[in-house]
Amino acid sequence: MSPTEQERPRLKIAGALDLAPSPESCPVGVPEHIGHFIGGQKVPGREEDRYDNLDPSTGKVLNTVSTANESEVDRAVKAARAALQGPWGKMSGLERGKYLYRIARRMQERGRELAAAETRDNGKPIRETRDFDIPTAAHHFFYYAGWADKLDYALAGRKGRPVGVCGQVIPWNFPLLMASWKLAPALAAGNTCVLKPSETTPLTAALLADILLEVDLPPGVINFVNGFGQTGAAVLGHPDVDKVAFTGSTPVGRAIMRSIAGSGKSATMELGGKGAQIIYADAAIDQAVEGIINGIFFNQGHVCCAGSRLLVEESIAEEVLEKLKLRVQALRIGAPLDKNTDIGAINSKKQLDTVNRYLEIGASEAAEVWQGCANDPPAEGYWVKPTLLIGVSQTDRVVREEIFGPVLSVLTFRTPEEAVKKANDSEYGLACGVWSEKTSRLFETAHALNAGVVWANGYNLFDPSSPFGGVRHSGFGREGGVHGLHPYLRLEA
Amino acid sequence: MTTSPSSWPRVRVDAATVAVRTGRVRKRSIKKDSKERLLRLALSMIDLTTLEGMDTPGKVRSLCSKARHPHPERPDLPSTAAVCVYPNMVPVARSALGSESPVKIAAVATSFPAGQSPLPLKLDEVRRTVELGADEIDMVIDRGAFLRGDHQAVYDEIAATKEACGPARLKVILETGELQTLDNVALASRIAIDAGGDFIKTSTGKIKPAATLDVTLVMLEAIREHYLRTGVMVGMKPAGGIRDAKLALHYLALVAETLGSDWLDPHWFRFGASSLANDLLRQILRREDGHYQSPRRFSVD
Repeated sequence: MSPTEQERPRLKIAGALDLAPSPESCPVGVPEHIGHFIGGQKVPGREEDRYDNLDPSTGKVLNTVSTANESEVDRAVKAARAALQGPWGKMSGLERGKYLYRIARRMQERGRELAAAETRDNGKPIRETRDFDIPTAAHHFFYYAGWADKLDYALAGRKGRPVGVCGQVIPWNFPLLMASWKLAPALAAGNTCVLKPSETTPLTAALLADILLEVDLPPGVINFVNGFGQTGAAVLGHPDVDKVAFTGSTPVGRAIMRSIAGSGKSATMELGGKGAQIIYADAAIDQAVEGIINGIFFNQGHVCCAGSRLLVEESIAEEVLEKLKLRVQALRIGAPLDKNTDIGAINSKKQLDTVNRYLEIGASEAAEVWQGCANDPPAEGYWVKPTLLIGVSQTDRVVREEIFGPVLSVLTFRTPEEAVKKANDSEYGLACGVWSEKTSRLFETAHALNAGVVWANGYNLFDPSSPFGGVRHSGFGREGGVHGLHPYLRLEA
Repeated sequence: MTTSPSSWPRVRVDAATVAVRTGRVRKRSIKKDSKERLLRLALSMIDLTTLEGMDTPGKVRSLCSKARHPHPERPDLPSTAAVCVYPNMVPVARSALGSESPVKIAAVATSFPAGQSPLPLKLDEVRRTVELGADEIDMVIDRGAFLRGDHQAVYDEIAATKEACGPARLKVILETGELQTLDNVALASRIAIDAGGDFIKTSTGKIKPAATLDVTLVMLEAIREHYLRTGVMVGMKPAGGIRDAKLALHYLALVAETLGSDWLDPHWFRFGASSLANDLLRQILRREDGHYQSPRRFSVD
């Protein structure tokens, strides 16, 4: 006899664990103003076009930031060119590797400070910056440090040379980690860089500039210029930039590719995604639920490879949703610096508006919109509670378009064929997850999926030795592993 | 006796992700008022245990006294949930605690810890132990039967023991250190719950590894599944290896996030431990005194 809806047993998860505030106490010297880092010098930048950088958890001003114009970008590119033709270009791989090791070590030593800074600037929980962003960023430098004197082994019997000056534009979702993904392989391969951080998250790059000074990296090897899209376009479009690397949205990536067409620049693009998580009925269900959580609510869903589409086998859909809702009710939203926070702030007002717009669309498309959390979000700042859009279909916008927020679209399937078909029915192809305790099913499904990355019984697992990147509208080129070196090396004839 | 399903479906557990989940719980930062509250709650959830061949009536009396007043200088502190002793020591505990004691008497029975005796002997042991005054019986499952796949035998034995318990609450010890895989733990939990166990318990304390957060999570998930299906609550008792307060608080965080506030109650959650009590006392007094007391300040039993 199944109990009726009213007398259905309920677990009191939300609020069960009443915890006193536990803020990270590491002091962060947030500079009042962030300029640029050009030719080994921290420069304040022009007085004009400065803007306020906001703390997304309060909406208040954190500091001011300069905007680089074309002539400042030009100076940065010239500094990078000079370093390439000067000390850096003449240095042996062994010596370059030493610099990478020193950067990695210094990032670890200042890890707590970097984590707190990233959390203040970005709004993501200190738990993630402390345990993921900063350690993984340092790990990338460690990993590529080891390649610097072994490049001959990266190209299967052929020789490579550095591509040259690299223009790199990175997003706000993992600021220091994305900078490390771009800089570490470029430097290991002997290139020099001009990197533009996102306008909403310039802080950790500024701290990284301090680290570069501490380790005596030759001037001009790495340059940072701050600003908005125009600055980014100036970096990537500069005639003396040999290679462009971009991580960000698909529309911007398209625009960049159009702008550099015919220029001879090489490019790698890491763009948007709409990752599917396929849960088969023979999965370890309680753990698959944890995987769903890690897939979509990690970093507030601000993850290009987020598992934002849940495809669950129909026979277990009810059970999975019940367990998923219970698990979400244990997630704590609020002050990002609190060590117990699971869900931090949405990075900017602009992104909050985007997510809210999709929530409105979802309200008309989904059969059920469910939101949950252990507690209510703070009154100030930018917040979205974890959201499930249940009962949506392949034609819905919330299933097709990247939302980039803590919003999961839930669909069901009946057969493996249907699961794969639905997962592949997307213009994107960055990452997918598959959950099954049956190994043959994992492999069959993984091989049938059109995605750069497929995780089996896990999600959002990263390692510097593993290549990452997309297919189709999620971009091209790989970062991480030996594959991540190739875009930064030009094969000798 | 309830009827049993003829076979239990295989339960699948992904050990790597269980470790990810418990790893997150271990990162919970429990400070200030919340720490104070949970330290006291943990103290009130202890089954203060002595299970040695060389136990004496004097030691058991001392244990009972400690259970009622964990730190006599501080009468405001809660007593522990129970004492846990061998059947021979039940009369000693009963006379020490009295008939109206809020501290329950739990006794291990069914040929603890190996369980390698004929069923009638085990059931007789259970009945007599209840007659001697035990409020709760901690039984061991037949791991041999479980590991050779005779799940029905395991079920039948638990069901028979439950019947023999009469009014006493039954805790079913899975001895997870011998079951070894989390798949086995998940299945044994479901069998124990289906057979009528009032509590499921990780370990005897005689086998390593004893309780872990990973094993406890899998067992809590079995309890959760049963509750959501039937509305019937089942208790949980991790036992063995929980010595420090910080770990105990993380167990409570895991319970709160898996089963919710209804289980944060000594009626539904217990720690099988002995040395844990003193570390909880040290932490509680530290918050008030501003410094740690010497471990010698607290009685060993």
